[in-house]
Amino acid sequence: MKPPRFQYHAARTIEEAIELLARYAGEARILAGGQSLVPMLNFRLLEPRALIDIGRIPGLDAITGGPLVTLGAMTRQRSAEESPIVQTALPLLREALRWVGHLPTRSRGTIGGSIAHADPSAEIPLVLLASDGSVTVQGPQGTRDIAAVDLFESLFTTSLVPGELLTRVHMPAMPAGTRIGFDEFARRHGDFAIVTVAVALTPSEDGSTARANPESGPRYAQVRLAASGVGSVPLRLTAAEAHLLQHGTEPASLAAAAELAAAAADPVGDANGSADYRRHLLKVLLERTLESTVRPTAKRLAS
Amino acid sequence: MSDSTHQVSADQLDIPDVDVALTVNGKAVRGRCEPRKLLVDFLREDLGLTGTHAGCEHGICGACTVLIDGRASRTCTTLAVQAAGTQIVTIEGLARDGVMHPMQQAFHEHHALQCGFCTPGMLITAIDFLNSHRNPDETEVREAMSAVICRCTGYQGIVNAVLAVSRQPPTALPE
Ligand code: FES
Ligand code: FES
Repeated sequence: MKPPRFQYHAARTIEEAIELLARYAGEARILAGGQSLVPMLNFRLLEPRALIDIGRIPGLDAITGGPLVTLGAMTRQRSAEESPIVQTALPLLREALRWVGHLPTRSRGTIGGSIAHADPSAEIPLVLLASDGSVTVQGPQGTRDIAAVDLFESLFTTSLVPGELLTRVHMPAMPAGTRIGFDEFARRHGDFAIVTVAVALTPSEDGSTARANPESGPRYAQVRLAASGVGSVPLRLTAAEAHLLQHGTEPASLAAAAELAAAAADPVGDANGSADYRRHLLKVLLERTLESTVRPTAKRLAS
Repeated sequence: MSDSTHQVSADQLDIPDVDVALTVNGKAVRGRCEPRKLLVDFLREDLGLTGTHAGCEHGICGACTVLIDGRASRTCTTLAVQAAGTQIVTIEGLARDGVMHPMQQAFHEHHALQCGFCTPGMLITAIDFLNSHRNPDETEVREAMSAVICRCTGYQGIVNAVLAVSRQPPTALPE
């Protein structure tokens, strides 16, 4: 339960980190907060020749606001959670962060590290996808942006190529009035989630959710739904989104959307839950989360 | 070497030690260790601060939790070299002039420990939680304290102690 031996480099700049990555030609690992990497080293699941610590690169932990919120890759999850910019502009991220590990792991764990690690049960990659976010990566060839939909390829696998470093994370500020919902099912709070759902419902420009037919429930101009734990990467629930846009949000419509989401998912069973169980959880969690997002009870509003 | 399952490359045999200078419980300290040394082992072995406990060594049990720059952090998932330049508070730094920290006092009064193995992590986690969350209800306390596992399962006393401190005026964080 101790890490194997490795060379250690504390990069002072992004360029130096990229040079080091090139020097070790795929045999080095980037160390950000270490909350996933160090346990994997302790278990000897990884034996990299070198660790390149990006924790001492100045400015890599900055959060900047605006229509597109940018979080430096080294932004601690805890700092994001406590950031006024995140609280105002990225309520879905703010809510999701409460579910990431525990307070002491969020003190060290980073936003960029979690995304680059691409754990299929992780909350932050799911929020990136649900928020139509993107990342900036830098390599010997320069920088490029990758949209969330193109980033997650498979379990623990992103579309970064060897030698590239994830430097910044971008999420569009959610329009005022956006209602968000987030829920997950895990054996215990803080454990890896079995299934997680994220919901963001944005009213039309004038802020109204009014509708022609009062029977159909509030209508939203934009509906964003995503889930993890039901495939090897986080999944946008596009069929359910389309259904809600078209049919509104009265209870029957929410139930139908949840059915559509479950039908479209292709989960893989493992020790934590069979494929059928995961599909069932997705349906139940999505319907429940939609209901509490569209029609919050007084108690939920107070908390 | 013939039976080794992987090749040890030359540069792995020649790994320079790193300097680790930091502030622990208000005192400037320094040490030299392998880069792979976990912060929990550095505190215990190099600095002799054995109040911080190593349990699971993979970030699950919370026994190894200390304050790094004021925030509760796992020291089994942090390398000592990552903590260079930080301010750390361990369980040894909680009491002042022989007077227990209010959280220690409350644990004492509410019988919040049996064997004591989880207690350092419980205390540090509870202190950080109350510093960052005002007036929590019992559910929030339970959720926060689920960050640390007590094998003696004396959770009720722990929750009672944390709730009791939450009703007291806030105490300054130990430096
Ligand atoms: S020893 Fe660090 S969390 Fe268990
Ligand atoms: S008091 Fe024994 S583990 Fe908690």
